[in-house]
Amino acid sequence: MLKIDNLHVSYGGIRALQGVSLEVPDGKIVTLIGANGAGKSTTLRTISGLVKADSGSITYDGQELLGMPINKILEKGIALVPEGRRVFTNLSVLENLRIGAYLRNDKAQIEKDLQWVYELFPRLKERSWQMAGTLSGGEQQMLAVARALMSKPRVIMMDEPSLGLAPLVVKGIFDIIRQINDQGVTVLLIEQNANMALKIADFAYVLETGRITLTGTGRELLVNEDVKKAYLGS
Amino acid sequence: MDVLKTTLPYIISGISVGGQYALIAIGYTMVYGILRLINFAHGDVFMVAGLMMVYLSASLPLYLAIPLMILITVLLGFTIERVAYKPLRTAPRMSVMISAIGVSYLLQNLALYITGGLNKNYPQIPWISDRISLFGMETSRVTVITPFLTIVLVFALVMLINHTKIGMAMRAVSRDFETSQLMGIQINRVISATFIIGTFLAAVGSILFFTNYPGVVPTSGAMPGLKAFVAAVFGGIGSIPGAVIGAFIIGIAESVIKGLDTILIVNGVISEQIGLATFSDAFTFVLLIIILVFKPTGLFGEKSTDKV
Ligand SMILES: Nc1ncnc2c1ncn2[C@@H]1O[C@H](COP(=O)(O)OP(=O)(O)O)[C@@H](O)[C@H]1O
Ligand SMILES: [Mg+2]
Repeated sequence: MLKIDNLHVSYGGIRALQGVSLEVPDGKIVTLIGANGAGKSTTLRTISGLVKADSGSITYDGQELLGMPINKILEKGIALVPEGRRVFTNLSVLENLRIGAYLRNDKAQIEKDLQWVYELFPRLKERSWQMAGTLSGGEQQMLAVARALMSKPRVIMMDEPSLGLAPLVVKGIFDIIRQINDQGVTVLLIEQNANMALKIADFAYVLETGRITLTGTGRELLVNEDVKKAYLGS
Repeated sequence: MDVLKTTLPYIISGISVGGQYALIAIGYTMVYGILRLINFAHGDVFMVAGLMMVYLSASLPLYLAIPLMILITVLLGFTIERVAYKPLRTAPRMSVMISAIGVSYLLQNLALYITGGLNKNYPQIPWISDRISLFGMETSRVTVITPFLTIVLVFALVMLINHTKIGMAMRAVSRDFETSQLMGIQINRVISATFIIGTFLAAVGSILFFTNYPGVVPTSGAMPGLKAFVAAVFGGIGSIPGAVIGAFIIGIAESVIKGLDTILIVNGVISEQIGLATFSDAFTFVLLIIILVFKPTGLFGEKSTDKV
């Protein structure tokens, strides 16, 4: 289980997280929803080790992650699909996938996993020799997810994977999230598209200006009046 | 026919000079590609490689002096990055640039202190320093070796960058530090590897370059460094093929301008020396201005060099 306890993070003087606590049980889909600037990305970036925390704790299977270097956190099995996809546009699709497995040495298994992500994303297989910069937005998002999967994560964190994509593509992404989860990968998902996120989530947290204000199962939050008003646009 | 015959020796010697510039230019372009930093100290590291060779060869046989010189130069390049650039990783780019200028002057002043500003004779390296006659031009064998060695090294480098794991990591880091870290890449190692490669090539280049010159002085790195830098900009800074092609063009143009008086006299265009050779250095900088004005991204440069 990934557990965050009373996490405080600030950028210079700006306090981005002010005592966030949340739990991501193994094998579940947990979603974190909230408005722009609420601190969702900061939460994921702190778990990954990209951002240093002021105080609090982040543990995975009881082991403290705060202060651990980024590569060690990835080695523990926690991967991040960053906001805005951030594929390496100057690398081919295949190279992007290989670089996702950068820390691994199990060559034979890497080749198997490559076939696995190609099955999940047949489009990427067709385009494996193309430069990632030539892919469409939706394909780049798929590549970003596939790249993270190549590290063989136990927990995959996704920062707004549906941002800026056409509704049909978004649906595809959510289908994939469910498939990945069915294969035993824990998912921590950030979304502004709260409606779809809550529908697939086992648990959900609402983040407002650096604080968790609401928590429950996905279904509970889906019917919650405050959530409906603030995030579901009804 | 006469034009070709009289120009050819200068072109050949220009190809050689171009090869030497190329080996320095790669260091500029690779460091720029990964850190967006113009490493002003690079030319001075090249000069230190020359001096190191002078001192090492005084007490050691060449087969030890050469590898040791290369090793120490590479360590110097590595150390400069760790001490002067790495602590400024998150600082504004201007700070790193100023730090690089500081290192440049530090190296020159150290060299001045050690040599007393006197010219230090570069050792004669058997075989490569031997005089040979080429198309009626008296030259040393290094002139012929340089372009081939340059091509071999560049080929090896391109293979490394395109077909190895560390090469892939270099390309990734040059695009996006943060996402590279998310892949588990330790960017400081990749940056160090870049400096090691760049300095290694400059150290090899120093042997080829100084063999053709009487000696080394503390400012010996300035001109070839600047030429190589212009070559890198001309080719499109950040691009390795660009830097190599830029270096060959500049080397050839420079050499032909140096011999332009002779070429023109032999071909009956002018009757006496008019001193066109004076403009051989100026040419490089005129070229720099022209590129910056008309095609700032150079021959092979990317449209936008800004990082995500
Ligand atoms: N690199 C940064 N430097 C300074 N402030 C930042 C930085 N990143 C985020 N912030 C601030 O931290 C707060 C939370 O941002 P973020 O975690 O990106 O929110 P979200 O992902 O929910 O939109 C915002 O007020 C934002 O302006
Ligand atoms: Mg965000």
